[in-house]
Amino acid sequence: MTGNQKKATPAQKEYQELAKKTVPKRKVVPNTIRAFLAGGLICTFSQGLQEIFIHFFHFEKSQAGNPGSAVLIMLSALLTGLGVYDHISQWAGAGTAVPITGFANSIASAAIEHRSEGYVLGVGGNMFKIAGPVIVFGTFSAFVVAIIKLTIKAIGGI
Amino acid sequence: MLVGRQSWRFDNPPVILASAAIGGPFESKSPLADDFDAFHDDIWLKQNSFEKAEVKLLEHACQKVLEKAGLQSQDINFLISGDLDNQITASSFAARSLAIPYIGMFGACSTSMEGLAVASKLLDNGGANYILTATASHNAATEKQFRYPTEYGAQKPPTSQWTVTGAGAAILGKEGNGPRVTSATIGHVVDMGVKDPFNMGEAMAPAAVDTIETHLKEMNIEPDYYDLIATGDLGFTGYAIANKLFQKHGIQLREGLYTDCGMLIYGKNPKVFSGGSGCACSATVTYGNLLNRMRRGELKRMLIAATGALLSPLSYQQKQSIPCISHAVSIESIQ
Repeated sequence: MTGNQKKATPAQKEYQELAKKTVPKRKVVPNTIRAFLAGGLICTFSQGLQEIFIHFFHFEKSQAGNPGSAVLIMLSALLTGLGVYDHISQWAGAGTAVPITGFANSIASAAIEHRSEGYVLGVGGNMFKIAGPVIVFGTFSAFVVAIIKLTIKAIGGI
Repeated sequence: MLVGRQSWRFDNPPVILASAAIGGPFESKSPLADDFDAFHDDIWLKQNSFEKAEVKLLEHACQKVLEKAGLQSQDINFLISGDLDNQITASSFAARSLAIPYIGMFGACSTSMEGLAVASKLLDNGGANYILTATASHNAATEKQFRYPTEYGAQKPPTSQWTVTGAGAAILGKEGNGPRVTSATIGHVVDMGVKDPFNMGEAMAPAAVDTIETHLKEMNIEPDYYDLIATGDLGFTGYAIANKLFQKHGIQLREGLYTDCGMLIYGKNPKVFSGGSGCACSATVTYGNLLNRMRRGELKRMLIAATGALLSPLSYQQKQSIPCISHAVSIESIQ
């Protein structure tokens, strides 16, 4: 009955088997469809923003993505602050988590949550509680990929 | 008197002189709303942190129960209280303002019945004249500590539960009118290797079944002795598993005998997924609805088995399984 063991005891296994049949599962198919729709909608909206920046604000095509992302970030932070975002994402799942909106929500929600501990220890110290690992491992994997690319180049590849 | 290894039968069964249940804004829509004494329509309770709001909830429940019992805080010998906050600060801070000699207790969501059991034993032994036992939980404070920020958009699985924002309190005395606490069984820690903090029902069900089974065996009674057996906060998922376990262990529960406070508090509300949870779940349902039903004569004998998951955010991050506990208290309306 001890907790920190790698292998489950026969009694634990037996129980988990029994429970498995009762525990409701996450609905993978509807969740995937919702994520596809919501994610697609966000990307289409973002594309629309890019077009606006290109046509009305005379951005270069390669540069127009940046203000587009900024608008999405602002909207996510606003919806998070208004307490709406988490309800949307309960429906949309990965559809709102994967685009930049999910990243903005993770930072904004943590900042709001820890406002009660002050700006330094609370907001500053906890803002990147959820987003931090994404930045750390995102940067690190970019570094690894860049090394691989340079190595291939150096030995006369592409 | 000790019965068996871990049960007490109270020779001088203490009386529950008064009980109170306080809820937050979401609880005011509960199907059991009529049995709450008061609701707060602001989740912050005009405080600048959720943790402070939880202290206010607990203070409110204690003041309400004192008022209902017609007693002053100086009349109370001991306050036995616990909650889910780190270092049970909600309870200790409320004890500071209530100025009642205080025994802090941590049994996670099983604290309600742990407190009631210990309070009853103290009274039974002549260790006090009046004891106030209370517990509280706050949805946002608990989510913040154990899971994600409240506004974070993580999709919750169907097994997740909704922590009750509220507080429940009861005052026990040696003599008087009201339901009496007749026996109690202290549970032991049961760990079935469940690691998912979004599936507390599955983690806690074996502890509840174990304690109820032990209680029936040690008290030498059949489940039919009771009009109602309620677990604390297993929710719909845990309740279904517990039913299977009872069946497997050969314990026959007649239709309508067994229920769960986590299912009762919000009913079938898709917003709460598997049901209610938190210290205040079993506390508000028992100290509100269930005791009221007993006072109205609808119930004569009930067994409440509050369930607690004894994990911490660290133990979960360190990939440890969730140890669980359940304490059962028998309340009867006898004159």
